[in-house]
Amino acid sequence: MNPPRPRVGIIVFPGSNDERDAAWALSALGAEPVLVWHAEPELPDVAAVVLPGGFAYGDYLRCGAIARFAPAMQAVAAFAADGGLVLGICNGFQVLCEARLLPGVLRPNASLRFTCKDAPLRVERRDTPFTMRCHPGQRLVIPVKHGEGSFFADDELMEELEAAHQVVLRYDGENPNGSRNDVAGVVNRDGNVFGLMPHPEHAVDPLLGPSDGALILAALVDSARDRLLAAVG
Amino acid sequence: MRATVLVRPKSGILDPQGEAVHGALRQLGFAVSEARVGRVVDVELDATDAGEARTALERMCEQLLANPLIESYEITLEST
Repeated sequence: MNPPRPRVGIIVFPGSNDERDAAWALSALGAEPVLVWHAEPELPDVAAVVLPGGFAYGDYLRCGAIARFAPAMQAVAAFAADGGLVLGICNGFQVLCEARLLPGVLRPNASLRFTCKDAPLRVERRDTPFTMRCHPGQRLVIPVKHGEGSFFADDELMEELEAAHQVVLRYDGENPNGSRNDVAGVVNRDGNVFGLMPHPEHAVDPLLGPSDGALILAALVDSARDRLLAAVG
Repeated sequence: MRATVLVRPKSGILDPQGEAVHGALRQLGFAVSEARVGRVVDVELDATDAGEARTALERMCEQLLANPLIESYEITLEST
Protein backbone atom coordinates (compact mmCIF):
# COMPACT_ATOMS: atom_id res chain seq x y z
CA MET A 1 0.00 0.00 0.00
CA ASN A 2 1.29 3.43 -0.84
CA PRO A 3 1.76 5.81 2.10
CA PRO A 4 -0.92 8.52 2.16
CA ARG A 5 -0.02 11.78 0.45
CA PRO A 6 -0.48 14.56 3.03
CA ARG A 7 -2.01 17.76 1.72
CA VAL A 8 0.34 20.72 2.05
CA GLY A 9 -1.07 24.22 1.55
CA ILE A 10 1.08 26.73 -0.34
CA ILE A 11 0.00 30.32 0.24
CA VAL A 12 0.09 32.38 -2.96
CA PHE A 13 0.39 36.14 -2.53
CA PRO A 14 0.32 38.65 -5.36
CA GLY A 15 4.04 38.69 -6.13
CA SER A 16 4.85 35.15 -5.02
CA ASN A 17 6.89 33.42 -7.71
CA ASP A 18 8.20 30.14 -6.30
CA GLU A 19 4.88 28.52 -5.49
CA ARG A 20 4.96 26.26 -8.55
CA ASP A 21 8.48 25.03 -7.81
CA ALA A 22 7.38 24.35 -4.23
CA ALA A 23 4.30 22.48 -5.49
CA TRP A 24 6.36 20.44 -7.95
CA ALA A 25 8.96 19.56 -5.30
CA LEU A 26 6.40 18.63 -2.65
CA SER A 27 4.52 16.51 -5.14
CA ALA A 28 7.73 14.74 -6.21
CA LEU A 29 8.42 14.03 -2.52
CA GLY A 30 5.07 12.43 -1.81
CA ALA A 31 2.75 15.26 -0.79
CA GLU A 32 -0.36 16.65 -2.41
CA PRO A 33 0.23 20.39 -2.78
CA VAL A 34 -2.75 22.73 -2.60
CA LEU A 35 -2.32 26.34 -3.73
CA VAL A 36 -4.16 28.75 -1.40
CA TRP A 37 -4.86 32.29 -2.57
CA HIS A 38 -3.86 34.96 -0.04
CA ALA A 39 -7.40 36.37 0.15
CA GLU A 40 -8.79 33.11 1.56
CA PRO A 41 -9.80 33.71 5.18
CA GLU A 42 -9.59 30.00 5.97
CA LEU A 43 -7.14 27.23 5.14
CA PRO A 44 -8.40 24.10 3.42
CA ASP A 45 -7.84 20.82 5.27
CA VAL A 46 -4.02 20.59 5.16
CA ALA A 47 -1.38 18.89 7.30
CA ALA A 48 1.24 21.62 6.75
CA VAL A 49 1.62 25.06 5.18
CA VAL A 50 4.41 26.51 3.04
CA LEU A 51 4.97 30.22 2.43
CA PRO A 52 6.88 30.36 -0.86
CA GLY A 53 9.53 32.70 -2.18
CA GLY A 54 8.84 35.81 -4.20
CA PHE A 55 7.99 39.42 -3.53
CA ALA A 56 4.64 39.35 -1.74
CA TYR A 57 2.69 42.58 -2.22
CA GLY A 58 5.75 43.93 -4.02
CA ASP A 59 7.72 43.79 -0.76
CA TYR A 60 6.90 47.49 -0.44
CA LEU A 61 7.84 49.24 2.82
CA ARG A 62 9.74 46.22 4.18
CA CYS A 63 9.78 42.64 2.87
CA GLY A 64 6.74 40.83 4.23
CA ALA A 65 5.43 43.87 6.12
CA ILE A 66 2.20 44.14 4.13
CA ALA A 67 1.76 40.45 3.30
CA ARG A 68 1.45 39.59 6.96
CA PHE A 69 -1.98 41.25 7.03
CA ALA A 70 -3.40 39.08 4.23
CA PRO A 71 -6.51 37.17 5.30
CA ALA A 72 -4.74 33.84 4.70
CA MET A 73 -2.00 34.93 7.10
CA GLN A 74 -4.49 35.27 9.94
CA ALA A 75 -5.46 31.66 9.21
CA VAL A 76 -1.78 30.63 9.08
CA ALA A 77 -1.16 32.31 12.46
CA ALA A 78 -4.08 30.38 13.98
CA PHE A 79 -2.83 27.15 12.35
CA ALA A 80 0.66 27.75 13.80
CA ALA A 81 -0.73 28.61 17.24
CA ASP A 82 -2.49 25.25 17.13
CA GLY A 83 0.85 23.53 16.56
CA GLY A 84 0.49 23.24 12.77
CA LEU A 85 3.65 22.86 10.68
CA VAL A 86 4.62 26.03 8.81
CA LEU A 87 7.64 26.41 6.53
CA GLY A 88 8.64 29.83 5.18
CA ILE A 89 11.11 29.92 2.32
CA CYS A 90 12.97 33.18 1.55
CA ASN A 91 10.13 35.71 1.16
CA GLY A 92 8.02 33.32 3.23
CA PHE A 93 10.65 33.56 5.99
CA GLN A 94 10.47 37.36 5.77
CA VAL A 95 6.67 37.25 6.06
CA LEU A 96 6.85 34.94 9.10
CA CYS A 97 9.30 37.30 10.83
CA GLU A 98 7.15 40.36 10.12
CA ALA A 99 4.12 38.41 11.36
CA ARG A 100 6.09 37.70 14.57
CA LEU A 101 5.60 33.99 14.04
CA LEU A 102 9.39 33.80 13.96
CA PRO A 103 11.87 35.94 15.87
CA GLY A 104 14.10 38.54 14.24
CA VAL A 105 13.91 40.28 10.89
CA LEU A 106 15.52 40.01 7.46
CA ARG A 107 17.39 43.11 6.36
CA PRO A 108 19.04 44.16 3.09
CA ASN A 109 22.16 42.15 2.29
CA ALA A 110 25.30 43.76 3.70
CA SER A 111 26.63 43.95 0.12
CA LEU A 112 23.44 45.75 -1.01
CA ARG A 113 23.48 43.33 -3.93
CA PHE A 114 21.07 40.63 -4.90
CA THR A 115 22.85 37.32 -4.39
CA CYS A 116 22.12 34.16 -6.36
CA LYS A 117 24.35 31.15 -5.77
CA ASP A 118 24.64 27.73 -4.18
CA ALA A 119 25.16 28.20 -0.45
CA PRO A 120 26.92 25.66 1.74
CA LEU A 121 25.01 25.24 5.01
CA ARG A 122 25.49 23.43 8.28
CA VAL A 123 22.62 21.66 10.04
CA GLU A 124 22.65 22.50 13.75
CA ARG A 125 19.74 20.33 14.84
CA ARG A 126 17.96 17.29 13.54
CA ASP A 127 15.22 17.21 16.21
CA THR A 128 12.85 19.41 14.23
CA PRO A 129 10.09 18.32 11.84
CA PHE A 130 12.08 19.98 9.05
CA THR A 131 15.58 18.57 9.58
CA MET A 132 14.99 15.05 10.87
CA ARG A 133 16.32 13.56 7.65
CA CYS A 134 19.68 15.26 8.26
CA HIS A 135 22.28 14.57 10.89
CA PRO A 136 23.65 17.29 13.16
CA GLY A 137 26.64 19.01 11.60
CA GLN A 138 25.68 17.76 8.15
CA ARG A 139 26.75 20.02 5.33
CA LEU A 140 24.07 20.82 2.77
CA VAL A 141 24.30 22.82 -0.42
CA ILE A 142 21.10 24.71 -1.26
CA PRO A 143 20.83 27.80 -3.48
CA VAL A 144 20.05 31.27 -2.14
CA LYS A 145 18.64 34.10 -4.25
CA HIS A 146 17.70 37.24 -2.40
CA GLY A 147 18.42 40.91 -1.88
CA GLU A 148 17.22 41.09 1.71
CA GLY A 149 18.28 38.00 3.55
CA SER A 150 20.46 39.34 6.30
CA PHE A 151 19.00 37.91 9.49
CA PHE A 152 19.09 40.38 12.36
CA ALA A 153 18.28 40.08 16.05
CA ASP A 154 19.59 42.43 18.71
CA ASP A 155 22.16 41.13 21.23
CA GLU A 156 19.57 40.07 23.75
CA LEU A 157 17.36 38.25 21.26
CA MET A 158 20.35 36.62 19.54
CA GLU A 159 21.55 35.30 22.86
CA GLU A 160 18.09 33.91 23.60
CA LEU A 161 17.91 32.22 20.20
CA GLU A 162 21.32 30.59 20.65
CA ALA A 163 20.49 29.48 24.20
CA ALA A 164 17.23 27.92 23.02
CA HIS A 165 18.98 26.31 19.97
CA GLN A 166 16.58 28.02 17.59
CA VAL A 167 19.23 28.47 14.91
CA VAL A 168 18.70 25.36 12.81
CA LEU A 169 20.76 26.21 9.73
CA ARG A 170 23.90 28.33 9.40
CA TYR A 171 25.93 29.36 6.39
CA ASP A 172 29.06 27.24 6.38
CA GLY A 173 31.93 29.22 4.96
CA GLU A 174 30.99 32.34 3.07
CA ASN A 175 28.03 34.21 4.56
CA PRO A 176 26.16 35.52 1.49
CA ASN A 177 24.26 38.34 3.18
CA GLY A 178 25.92 39.37 6.44
CA SER A 179 23.37 37.66 8.70
CA ARG A 180 24.13 37.64 12.42
CA ASN A 181 25.85 34.50 13.66
CA ASP A 182 25.69 33.18 10.06
CA VAL A 183 21.99 32.41 10.52
CA ALA A 184 20.38 30.82 7.46
CA GLY A 185 17.28 29.39 9.14
CA VAL A 186 15.51 29.62 12.49
CA VAL A 187 12.71 27.74 14.15
CA ASN A 188 10.22 29.09 16.68
CA ARG A 189 10.42 28.02 20.29
CA ASP A 190 7.75 25.36 19.87
CA GLY A 191 9.58 23.92 16.87
CA ASN A 192 6.62 23.91 14.48
CA VAL A 193 7.40 27.06 12.46
CA PHE A 194 10.61 27.18 10.42
CA GLY A 195 11.97 29.87 8.13
CA LEU A 196 15.05 29.76 5.92
CA MET A 197 16.56 31.96 3.23
CA PRO A 198 17.92 29.13 1.02
CA HIS A 199 15.47 27.54 -1.43
CA PRO A 200 15.07 23.80 -0.83
CA GLU A 201 12.41 23.63 -3.56
CA HIS A 202 15.06 24.58 -6.14
CA ALA A 203 17.34 21.76 -5.01
CA VAL A 204 15.33 18.56 -5.33
CA ASP A 205 16.05 17.07 -8.77
CA PRO A 206 19.75 16.07 -9.10
CA LEU A 207 19.47 16.73 -12.83
CA LEU A 208 19.33 20.46 -12.06
CA GLY A 209 22.17 20.68 -9.52
CA PRO A 210 22.39 20.11 -5.79
CA SER A 211 19.52 18.05 -4.39
CA ASP A 212 19.96 18.58 -0.65
CA GLY A 213 16.78 20.63 -0.51
CA ALA A 214 14.91 17.33 -0.78
CA LEU A 215 16.13 16.46 2.73
CA ILE A 216 14.30 19.46 4.18
CA LEU A 217 11.11 19.14 2.15
CA ALA A 218 10.90 15.34 2.50
CA ALA A 219 11.22 15.79 6.27
CA LEU A 220 8.30 18.21 6.12
CA VAL A 221 6.28 15.71 4.08
CA ASP A 222 7.14 12.91 6.56
CA SER A 223 6.13 15.11 9.49
CA ALA A 224 2.91 16.16 7.77
CA ARG A 225 2.10 12.50 7.02
CA ASP A 226 2.78 11.54 10.66
CA ARG A 227 0.33 14.18 11.80
CA LEU A 228 -2.23 13.07 9.27
CA LEU A 229 -1.95 9.44 10.44
CA ALA A 230 -2.04 10.48 14.10
CA ALA A 231 -5.22 12.46 13.44
CA VAL A 232 -6.81 9.51 11.64
CA GLY A 233 -5.49 6.83 13.99
CA MET B 1 -4.90 66.69 9.19
CA ARG B 2 -1.41 66.07 7.85
CA ALA B 3 1.36 64.24 9.62
CA THR B 4 4.89 63.24 8.85
CA VAL B 5 6.31 59.98 10.11
CA LEU B 6 10.07 59.65 10.15
CA VAL B 7 11.37 56.08 10.37
CA ARG B 8 15.04 55.59 11.14
CA PRO B 9 17.31 52.59 11.53
CA LYS B 10 18.02 52.33 15.27
CA SER B 11 21.45 53.43 16.35
CA GLY B 12 23.97 50.64 16.40
CA ILE B 13 22.19 48.80 13.60
CA LEU B 14 24.24 48.24 10.49
CA ASP B 15 22.84 50.43 7.73
CA PRO B 16 24.47 49.33 4.47
CA GLN B 17 22.53 51.92 2.48
CA GLY B 18 23.75 54.68 4.80
CA GLU B 19 27.30 53.39 4.45
CA ALA B 20 27.06 53.50 0.67
CA VAL B 21 25.75 57.07 0.82
CA HIS B 22 28.48 57.99 3.30
CA GLY B 23 31.12 56.59 0.95
CA ALA B 24 29.69 58.51 -2.01
CA LEU B 25 29.57 61.76 -0.05
CA ARG B 26 33.21 61.36 0.92
CA GLN B 27 34.13 60.65 -2.66
CA LEU B 28 32.51 63.94 -3.58
CA GLY B 29 34.84 65.62 -1.10
CA PHE B 30 32.41 66.26 1.73
CA ALA B 31 33.80 65.88 5.23
CA VAL B 32 31.12 63.50 6.50
CA SER B 33 31.76 60.97 9.23
CA GLU B 34 28.44 59.15 9.02
CA ALA B 35 25.23 58.96 7.00
CA ARG B 36 22.16 56.90 7.87
CA VAL B 37 19.19 56.42 5.58
CA GLY B 38 15.63 56.21 6.86
CA ARG B 39 12.23 56.79 5.35
CA VAL B 40 9.58 59.50 5.44
CA VAL B 41 5.87 58.73 5.25
CA ASP B 42 3.54 61.68 4.74
CA VAL B 43 0.06 60.81 5.96
CA GLU B 44 -3.20 62.63 5.37
CA LEU B 45 -5.65 61.72 8.14
CA ASP B 46 -9.39 62.16 8.38
CA ALA B 47 -9.11 62.88 12.11
CA THR B 48 -9.57 66.46 13.28
CA ASP B 49 -8.50 65.93 16.88
CA ALA B 50 -4.73 66.02 17.39
CA GLY B 51 -4.73 63.55 20.26
CA GLU B 52 -6.82 61.09 18.29
CA ALA B 53 -4.57 61.51 15.28
CA ARG B 54 -1.43 60.90 17.31
CA THR B 55 -2.86 57.74 18.87
CA ALA B 56 -3.79 56.44 15.42
CA LEU B 57 -0.33 57.32 14.05
CA GLU B 58 1.38 55.49 16.87
CA ARG B 59 -0.66 52.41 16.11
CA MET B 60 0.22 52.73 12.42
CA CYS B 61 3.89 52.82 13.33
CA GLU B 62 3.71 49.85 15.67
CA GLN B 63 1.68 47.72 13.28
CA LEU B 64 3.11 48.60 9.91
CA LEU B 65 5.25 51.65 9.29
CA ALA B 66 8.20 50.65 11.49
CA ASN B 67 9.61 47.35 12.68
CA PRO B 68 10.43 48.05 16.33
CA LEU B 69 13.25 45.50 16.26
CA ILE B 70 15.33 47.64 13.95
CA GLU B 71 13.62 50.99 13.51
CA SER B 72 12.59 53.95 15.63
CA TYR B 73 9.97 56.44 14.57
CA GLU B 74 9.10 60.05 15.11
CA ILE B 75 5.68 61.57 14.47
CA THR B 76 5.16 65.21 13.60
CA LEU B 77 1.63 66.56 13.32
CA GLU B 78 1.19 69.59 11.10
CA SER B 79 -0.89 72.27 12.77
CA THR B 80 -3.56 73.58 10.42
